[in-house]
Amino acid sequence: MAIDLAAIEAQVNTAFPGAVVDRDGEWLVVDKARLKEVATYLRDEMGFDYLTHLSATDYPDRLEVVYNLYSTRPDLQGPGIPFKVRLADKENPHLPTVTDIWPGANFQEREVWDMFGIRFDGHPNLKRILLWEGFEGHPLRKDWHEPYYEQEHKPFKSRWPRPDNPRPRSAEERVRWRRNVRYPPDFDPENWEPIPEIEIDQADKIDINGLKTDRILLNIGPQHPSTHGVFRMVVGLQGETITSVYPVVGHLHRNHEKIGERNLWTGNIPYTERLDYISPMYNNFGYVVAVEKMMGREVAERAEYLRIIMGELTRAINHILAVGFLFNELGAMMTPMLYAFTEREHVLDLFEEASGARMMVNYYRFGGVARDVSDDWLKRCRKVVDRLERKIDEFEYMLTDNEIFIARTRGVAAMTWQEMIGYGVSGPVLRSAGLAYDIRKVEPYSIYDSFDFEIPTHETGDLYDRYRQRIAEARQSLKILHQALDRIPKGSIQAGKKAWNPTVPAGEAYVRVEHPKGELGFYLVSDGGTNPYRYHVRSPCFVNLGALEAMSVGHLLADAIVILGSLDTTMGEVDR
Amino acid sequence: MYGLGLLKGLRVTMRHFIESYTYDRSPLKWFSLKGRYDQEWLEKRQAIEGKGLFTIQYPEQQRKITENFRFLPMLVYDESPDKPRCVACGICARVCPPQCIWIRRATDNRGRPQARPAGFWIDFTICMSCGFCAEFCPFDAIKMNQEVKLATTDRDQDMFYDMDRLLVSAEYYAQLHPTDYAREEEARRAKEEAACRAAAEKKAAAEAKKAAAAKKKAEAQAAPAKPDDLTRIEGIGPKIAGLLAAAGITTFAQLAETGVERITQILREADPRLARITDPTTWPRQAKLAAKGQWDALAKWQERLKGGRE
Repeated sequence: MAIDLAAIEAQVNTAFPGAVVDRDGEWLVVDKARLKEVATYLRDEMGFDYLTHLSATDYPDRLEVVYNLYSTRPDLQGPGIPFKVRLADKENPHLPTVTDIWPGANFQEREVWDMFGIRFDGHPNLKRILLWEGFEGHPLRKDWHEPYYEQEHKPFKSRWPRPDNPRPRSAEERVRWRRNVRYPPDFDPENWEPIPEIEIDQADKIDINGLKTDRILLNIGPQHPSTHGVFRMVVGLQGETITSVYPVVGHLHRNHEKIGERNLWTGNIPYTERLDYISPMYNNFGYVVAVEKMMGREVAERAEYLRIIMGELTRAINHILAVGFLFNELGAMMTPMLYAFTEREHVLDLFEEASGARMMVNYYRFGGVARDVSDDWLKRCRKVVDRLERKIDEFEYMLTDNEIFIARTRGVAAMTWQEMIGYGVSGPVLRSAGLAYDIRKVEPYSIYDSFDFEIPTHETGDLYDRYRQRIAEARQSLKILHQALDRIPKGSIQAGKKAWNPTVPAGEAYVRVEHPKGELGFYLVSDGGTNPYRYHVRSPCFVNLGALEAMSVGHLLADAIVILGSLDTTMGEVDR
Repeated sequence: MYGLGLLKGLRVTMRHFIESYTYDRSPLKWFSLKGRYDQEWLEKRQAIEGKGLFTIQYPEQQRKITENFRFLPMLVYDESPDKPRCVACGICARVCPPQCIWIRRATDNRGRPQARPAGFWIDFTICMSCGFCAEFCPFDAIKMNQEVKLATTDRDQDMFYDMDRLLVSAEYYAQLHPTDYAREEEARRAKEEAACRAAAEKKAAAEAKKAAAAKKKAEAQAAPAKPDDLTRIEGIGPKIAGLLAAAGITTFAQLAETGVERITQILREADPRLARITDPTTWPRQAKLAAKGQWDALAKWQERLKGGRE
């Protein structure tokens, strides 16, 4: 459904004269002072209640904070309202927070503060999130240079073949650690003490039936087998009941977005699959769809089908794996997880044969895919799909009625979808609470609109429903796969010429796809060159983690890990 | 009944347990001399329809690597390692996302750059195995190797490959990626044949044109003179002789009578580049001597001339 931005602009301006100061392409520019009023109005009066993306860009003369607002109302689902706030003061930029309107903005605003140094007035806990408290500088500012900095954009000049190129030195020889690393002025590594995330309140003693207990803080992770990577939760406990959860992320942070700004547009494709390494194909998918939209580029028909086949195989196997992990975290050690991994092997074999690698696939290209597949591959793919169908049946037979499983998961971490929307939660977790919101349906990309599939939903959003939701979605993926394998046409896999350094017309866009874990968005700004000016990944896992505390409080410590596992996070994508 | 769900789950795990002993072989063969991890049985279990035990005993058993598998880049040479296919164009070094390729371009003895690398280094500690270098190489010179056992104790030195360690023969490449190799060779053969055919057609067309012109000339001249060997004039090669013949100048006498401007015009019409690099000033005078039969005088003069120039 198309959205009439001009009408919305007029409507907002009637309610708050002068609130929308400008139009920048598809973006409304909102006055900083009226931001909160406008945001509340858009949510309450106009039905745009779902803030999914919030980030910023550093321009030479200003900073911009961008918001992407969508609606869950059936008649307004589809394209949303993109708006931004311009901040002319680069020395001390600040704007009002929207965390009290959408609690889900919490993490993303902290990320913007961390990366750009933009303060959000009224934010409950404006601390760095991906970097450590005490880090010097804000890395995504254009004047910040990373260690190993060589040049603003790749390809670096020293890589041009010239007669006088010396024998290069290895990375360690070439750039010393010390160069380009800045420390705060009074930093002394000997006496530095980490700033605690949560202050322990020793006076917080509670008398329960004459037993005096302390509220204690327990660190789970970062090296914990069930935290899905390197992740730390500071859990406040009252007895065994959780009173607070403070997620500490960033252990795998590598400044993916700064690397992305240095890279060529093409060069970012193999970096995207390092985000969510459980479903690498879909990260490729999201990135090329976003860049193709900016380029206005056609895609070869056979390549579209291959994209769907790879993408849905990824989704099916991601959900099967998520179910396996869920049981691992419940204490059903290994058996369901290893059954899931066996199925994954078959899918990875297909990926390896098609793309050349099992996980770091680098398969999607602008306008097509990297390699064609043989008829034999398609035949085997069909067999794998049939096998997955049998195995999903087996999983359901084995697990769904298990009494211990039901006792552990029913009613745990239940949340209404309205609450989840506030936290920006997306993907299977949101749908398990009863809202049929799937980007493949509401804002179709690629050729998803030509397939016949349903969006399954469940009712309560508790752990048990999330499990059933994933099983149901994996079945729908197999349904799409059957159709795609039946209809895949012969022909070219690449539309237009495949260039190693394509340029993208100047402009900015936020393009989202339905990643197996939720809404994967790419916010891209191009200055018309061969490198992105700004490259931001709206990671579904990162935003979903924002709801972890609200889901966990009041449940038992033993459930904390399971709740985290049911969000199906991958730390490579959270930390970027 | 409470507990039924548990029993259902246990039934599945029990079936898996039993299948791991019975799917690949009948109980009669349990005491066979063939090991539990026999290759034939393994393939049966690992097939897409396979059941039972899925794991293998690494490293005694290893899975077959698929043809498209890529790990790290290698450079391909055709006949000998002195002549790699690489022409040092640098596309691989520029498209490389982590920028791990360095190339030094070769020069000839006068310092001019040449189309081959003098040095080629890849830092495998930062290579991300994406395969862009192989994909975008226009000369099929860099390809992806499948050798994965590269463990070493000194990553700074041993993981920093130079040309000697990167170069592999075309046969090795053909063995790793037979389908790709066959397709590329096919494309190359087709290209060469097309080039050959185009050249042959061009030659045939030129000859036909020449023949037609000569015929026209012959018709125009009632009594054509016997043609002389114009290449004896210094500065005239077979090509220019052919051009002059096409313009009707076949004897020394005719050439001696032709003006320098006319000769230049003939050359320019045929090929402007040719007109720039040749100087026909002395040709009529040389032809005059040749026409008179004064070969000694001509030879003496030609000794002083440099490529037909005074």
